[in-house]
Amino acid sequence: MNLQAPVLSLANIHKAFGGIVAIEDFSLDLHAGEIAALVGDNGAGKSTLVKIVSGVHRPTSGEIRLDGDPVSFSDASSARSLGIEVVYQDLALADQQPVYMNMFLGRELIKPPFGLLDRKRMHRECQQLVDELDVRIPSAGSVIRDLSGGQRQGIAIARATHWASKLVLLDEPTAALGVAETAKVEEQVAALKEKNLAILIISHSLDQVFRLADRICVLRRGQQIGVRETAKTDKNEIVSMITGVSGKS
Amino acid sequence: MSSSLSLLRRLDLQRSVIYVGFLAIFLFFAATLYDDGFLTSRNLTNIVLQTAPATIMAIGLVFALSAGEIDLSFGSVVAVSALSAAVAMQSFPMAVGILAGLGAGALIGAMNGILVAYLRLPSFLVTLATMGLFAGIARSMTDLRSIPVLNDTFTGIFGSGKLFSIPSLVLWTIVAVAIGHIVYRSTRFGAHVLATGDNARAAQVSGIKVPRIRLGVLTLCGTMAGLAGLLYAGRLQAAKYTLGESDLMTVIAAVIVGGTALNGGKGSIIGALLGSLLMGMLNNGLILMGLDVSDQMIVRGLIILIAVAVSLRDTSR
Repeated sequence: MNLQAPVLSLANIHKAFGGIVAIEDFSLDLHAGEIAALVGDNGAGKSTLVKIVSGVHRPTSGEIRLDGDPVSFSDASSARSLGIEVVYQDLALADQQPVYMNMFLGRELIKPPFGLLDRKRMHRECQQLVDELDVRIPSAGSVIRDLSGGQRQGIAIARATHWASKLVLLDEPTAALGVAETAKVEEQVAALKEKNLAILIISHSLDQVFRLADRICVLRRGQQIGVRETAKTDKNEIVSMITGVSGKS
Repeated sequence: MSSSLSLLRRLDLQRSVIYVGFLAIFLFFAATLYDDGFLTSRNLTNIVLQTAPATIMAIGLVFALSAGEIDLSFGSVVAVSALSAAVAMQSFPMAVGILAGLGAGALIGAMNGILVAYLRLPSFLVTLATMGLFAGIARSMTDLRSIPVLNDTFTGIFGSGKLFSIPSLVLWTIVAVAIGHIVYRSTRFGAHVLATGDNARAAQVSGIKVPRIRLGVLTLCGTMAGLAGLLYAGRLQAAKYTLGESDLMTVIAAVIVGGTALNGGKGSIIGALLGSLLMGMLNNGLILMGLDVSDQMIVRGLIILIAVAVSLRDTSR
């Protein structure tokens, strides 16, 4: 493991489904404490890229490195075990279960001697976590479907934060939220930086991207158009990169 | 604030429906059928004895429904298992008979499970087909003949025996409900069953082996039906293709009335026990009331309809 190496390094990622090329040739280095945004029109290949990094798809060619070591994921759990967490657009929460069971979904805590669920401890640890992240819910024992969209999003992000040790992928984290709830989620995402995680975010909102991201990466029809530092670009340039209509450059 | 209040009320109602309904019907029969001996300990024990197989099947069904699947074939499995056990015990020791009965149930359940989990066929259709398939096999196994079960140890364990003066069928009910409840509420398997039925994709991206859970619940359903078959064979001291034939509606109604959601993610083993006892009580009370068979069926159907409507109203909103 090399401390100087980027947390995530994608080199010449190419992905084709049968004869259809979804990702032409994509390269990106992402460091700890850095937020990169992935923007592009529908069908540009953003979701495919997220699925490659989260282990759902395997790249046809190209290399993925984590902390400098080449990795190959056989499925989503192998990516998870290496410290990569995803916040899905549909949140992937079990609506009729309590918050704490969702927080520990697939990694439930058990206690000796019979290996039965340790609900008390999961409840307690979950409560601490949501308090820490300031996700305002009635209780860690609340059932998901009784919560608002913003609260659910908060829980999905809290879950990813809790389990991620390296990288968090966010797929349209605020697509379904109102203004106040969006602001709250953006605060949470910004707070992930301080935990020294690397963050890759997909968003349709350029305003949001400019508020959050350190760098912006533009995809168009599977092509990587370019990567810009947020501080050194503006919306006009990004829009023209997304649409392919060259503005004044 | 007002929404959270009404929420509280709804949750309370939802949980208490089965308790209130159970108590209401119990009190109704106790009052109206007192002179007919409804409240005698012998009659009440009888209700528990008669519902034991249905309760056992209901436990399996709670797991299947909670995982978002359904099993319609368990009634036929009961007959096949009971006949397998009875036939095996004609020429082999009791242990072989028990193994044959439970094994037949587990195998049929696993077959359902493989078709559902790995070929992604809908469990409703798979088990509808296997229900017919195994009803036919049960008929052809012994040419519609009933097979006597003469092994006294077997009929003791699975039927008329007692341990510390508690009838064995009551013990089977208590043990199965207790184990079922613990597995359902307090093990990873139980949690994964609920997560799978609630949101299969979320379960899958959380590392839960969803196909294995589906296979597991349907195999469990078959095994529980196999055990129910042994209990029938033990109590009646014979096995016949008609065993379990009429249990499908009773068991599904018991489970739904007991607060298990038809579309997964929510359920209760204790509720299923009460639901099953409720169905047994209805059966018993209507007979004591002197209704003839056709009226019994009509009244029972109507009461189940009402009970299911009340308990589903707040689960599906």
